[in-house]
Amino acid sequence: MKFSDKFEARFTEMLTHYPTQRSVLVPTLLYAQDEVGYLSDEVILELAERLALSELDVRNVISYYSMLTTKPRGKFNVQVCTNIACMLRGGEELLEHCERKLGVGNKGTTKDGMFTLEEVECIGACSWAPAVQVNYDFHENLTPEKMDEVLEQYRNKAAR
Amino acid sequence: MADVNITVDGKKVAAPAGTLLIEACKTVGIEVPSFCYYPNLSLQGACRMCLVRVEKMPKLQTACTTVIGEGMIVTTDSPEIQQARKSMVELLLGNHPLDCPVCDAGGECELQDMTFSYGAAESKYIDLKNHRDEQQWSPVVYFDRPRCILCYRCVRVCNEAMDVGALGIQNRGVSSIIAPNMEDHLDCEECGMCIDICPVGALTSGSYRYKTRPWEMNHVGTTCTHCADGCKTTLGVRRDDTGMQIVRGDNRDKSGINGDFLCIKGRYAFDFANHEDRLSQPLIKKNGRLTPATWEEAFDLIGKKFSEVQKNAGGQAIGVIGSNRTSNEENYLLQKFARVVLGTNNIDHHRTADFPVFAAALAGKQNATASMRDVYNAPAILLIGNDPTEQHPLLAWQIRNNVRLHNARLHVINSQVIKLHRQAATFTQIPSGAEASVAAFLAGKDSAADALISDKANRDTWTKLRSQLRAEQNLIIIFGSEIRGSSIASLVQFGSEIAGSKFLCLGDYANSRGAADMGLYPDLLPGYHASSNGTKFQQEWGSMPSAPGLTQQQMLDGAIAGRLKALYVVGSNPVGRLGLAPSVLSASFVVVQDMFLTETAALADVVLPAANAYEKSGTFTNTCGDLQILKKAGEVTGTKTDFEMIVRIADAMGFDVRKLVPFGAAGTRADMGQSRGAQSGEADRHAVWLERHNLEPKMSPFDPMAILDEIQRLVPGYDVSRMNLLAGNDEHTNLTGPAQVVQQDPALIEPANNALFTSGTLGRYSNTLNSVVEQQHRQPAEVAAD
Repeated sequence: MKFSDKFEARFTEMLTHYPTQRSVLVPTLLYAQDEVGYLSDEVILELAERLALSELDVRNVISYYSMLTTKPRGKFNVQVCTNIACMLRGGEELLEHCERKLGVGNKGTTKDGMFTLEEVECIGACSWAPAVQVNYDFHENLTPEKMDEVLEQYRNKAAR
Repeated sequence: MADVNITVDGKKVAAPAGTLLIEACKTVGIEVPSFCYYPNLSLQGACRMCLVRVEKMPKLQTACTTVIGEGMIVTTDSPEIQQARKSMVELLLGNHPLDCPVCDAGGECELQDMTFSYGAAESKYIDLKNHRDEQQWSPVVYFDRPRCILCYRCVRVCNEAMDVGALGIQNRGVSSIIAPNMEDHLDCEECGMCIDICPVGALTSGSYRYKTRPWEMNHVGTTCTHCADGCKTTLGVRRDDTGMQIVRGDNRDKSGINGDFLCIKGRYAFDFANHEDRLSQPLIKKNGRLTPATWEEAFDLIGKKFSEVQKNAGGQAIGVIGSNRTSNEENYLLQKFARVVLGTNNIDHHRTADFPVFAAALAGKQNATASMRDVYNAPAILLIGNDPTEQHPLLAWQIRNNVRLHNARLHVINSQVIKLHRQAATFTQIPSGAEASVAAFLAGKDSAADALISDKANRDTWTKLRSQLRAEQNLIIIFGSEIRGSSIASLVQFGSEIAGSKFLCLGDYANSRGAADMGLYPDLLPGYHASSNGTKFQQEWGSMPSAPGLTQQQMLDGAIAGRLKALYVVGSNPVGRLGLAPSVLSASFVVVQDMFLTETAALADVVLPAANAYEKSGTFTNTCGDLQILKKAGEVTGTKTDFEMIVRIADAMGFDVRKLVPFGAAGTRADMGQSRGAQSGEADRHAVWLERHNLEPKMSPFDPMAILDEIQRLVPGYDVSRMNLLAGNDEHTNLTGPAQVVQQDPALIEPANNALFTSGTLGRYSNTLNSVVEQQHRQPAEVAAD
């Protein structure tokens, strides 16, 4: 399958970083997921072939990391932290709010394919709890109202 | 290097540096419990059962991953450790169902044992257990997720030791799960190693599960009857209405040459024995139809007919075709019967390797053949031709694990990219059929390289490879049936220049080597003595013909043309294998001994229902020359061993059976039941017959051990320790023939073409093998083997 030139350049460079070839797998999976949106069967087969691994090996690694997924996600992955610090500061209420607002449960994707909601463990933003990570961006000190703004912001972004 | 000294529970232990603590403890009889630790697999440290206290270390340490260090003081049993083990068992039981009475592993489960030894009576857990339904991953492998304790033994044995990699681990932590490579099923070699190694009832076998309990069976360690590698397989047998039924094959007795290994055939393909088409009474052709008859009728008829032909047309009008699956004793007896009783050298078998030339090439050499154990320990191996993964699974295992654990250098020369190339230090691909040129080139004939040069390997590659091989020491040279005739001599010549080199010639069936060693040849007596030069045997047996007899092909041609008046076929199916038309043998009187109504048996005038190798005692010689005992495990009422039938036919011909089987004679070290496995008392069983014939009722002429006496006396290389043999150990026979080569036509050698899931006639009647073939959509072999 075809990846972007940027991916290929990164991949080629990474091959030189590790003493064993299979070590390239984890970062490569993340880059491939960023590019394709999820780790499709096609991606898995391609990477297994490139790194001389079995498809099972690749799937084993993917299933180990919760940030890697083999199922398509929405354009924006809304990750609400409900770990202890965020929970004490209203993380769980925030999650419930998002569920109502988006009409989906944990790991669900909105019908328009815009948002995927996910309950996650600590994302390292305890000082600004409760925190939410959308794709790679952090949003902190949130309340349900602020959360609405955040979601609106992404809707606008997608519309542009 | 000096040993490292440690103290375990007050006992002084000295062990080589690098020894794991758990192993060091074993040497002084201290067993540290563990699930995930398995010798010769990578370390996992997953189950935490082997926690011990090492002085000056802050926490309890896992004995399975701790390497011993000088002065270490270790405690393996204390209230602290007992508490730790108790907690570990409690955690392991967190999701594990507590229903041992219905679990297939009940009674032979390591978790059950451990819970008895260390577990708590009650658990603090009140949560619901995670449940998942059981899955069938292949016709032979079932997986029951809740019972899995995540020791990862199955994953490691499949990846590391088998180099198959069909099992993986998905998810993480407590939600980890063992996963097959094809999402919901397995695509693998179906060896069943994962089931064997599973400490609990998570992986169970389709052929055995829920049939019986381990304590309800007798366990008989015997030699596998499929390929030529001679694995020891432990058969679990139980009484049923037709005798002793084999319910399970496994590797419970790990003392065999196969160690931990067993392939699908040794483990599951015993089921041909209980196939519904199994013959259980003699059949005599009456009015063109095979009709059930009594044993007496059958033997009388055969005796009468054979005597008649012998009287009217001479012994040379009778042909005998032997088997690659009958025991050494039966093969020896059969050729003795042919030569002494029938008075003919018309005896042959389906040849799958050129053993006579191999024996001649090794004439005068000592210890020149490699045993199966040698293959696991040799520093270097050269493999020419064959595909051991498919045709010699144990050999492949030995090579693979020798490379993995001992860093052996493997050199593979093959016309195909066989699976073992992954372990090879050098892999050289040759054009199809160029194996003979390899032998010639290695022996020093440079011009032979012309036939080997291709885009895969140029002249330089070959010259380099040859010098590399010449620089090896203790090299084992393994070759398939592609190498035959003068090529074997070339290869032996090449190998003889390498210090400590040994050879291994690959035949195809369980006792192909035995059939060859025992003289199932028209021109060779046991031990590859030319029939024209059989003084030693004449002294023992009396008069016998010396001119070479007919080969199998000549016998069949003779039978078709009507020149051969009688044909005696034991455990072989030449009609099916060679695709002969039905009715071809109508001109002669044909007797067939077999388990099933094969194509050959269907044409016979008399068919005698035979017992198979799992239902008799005797010995097998594997392709390496390792002699091993067969212990009687199963029994199907109405069948007789080939041994007994041969003796009974000789008796029916009016021959004095004492001259055929030297039983009860002075100096005979006959077996008194040691090799009978679950059913001893061979002589008792024949007491009526013995007394009627005025014979000593304690010794039986149907006792193969009496013939083994003669074999040990007369066949070079076979004078091995009888005690070790009876104890179930392998004894390597030293192969060395007379230097004079009796040239064999290489065209008579035909490989059986059996692969992992086929096994000739036995395979055709094994439902397990067939179900796997069906699932994997494998093409059956082109030529039906027997």
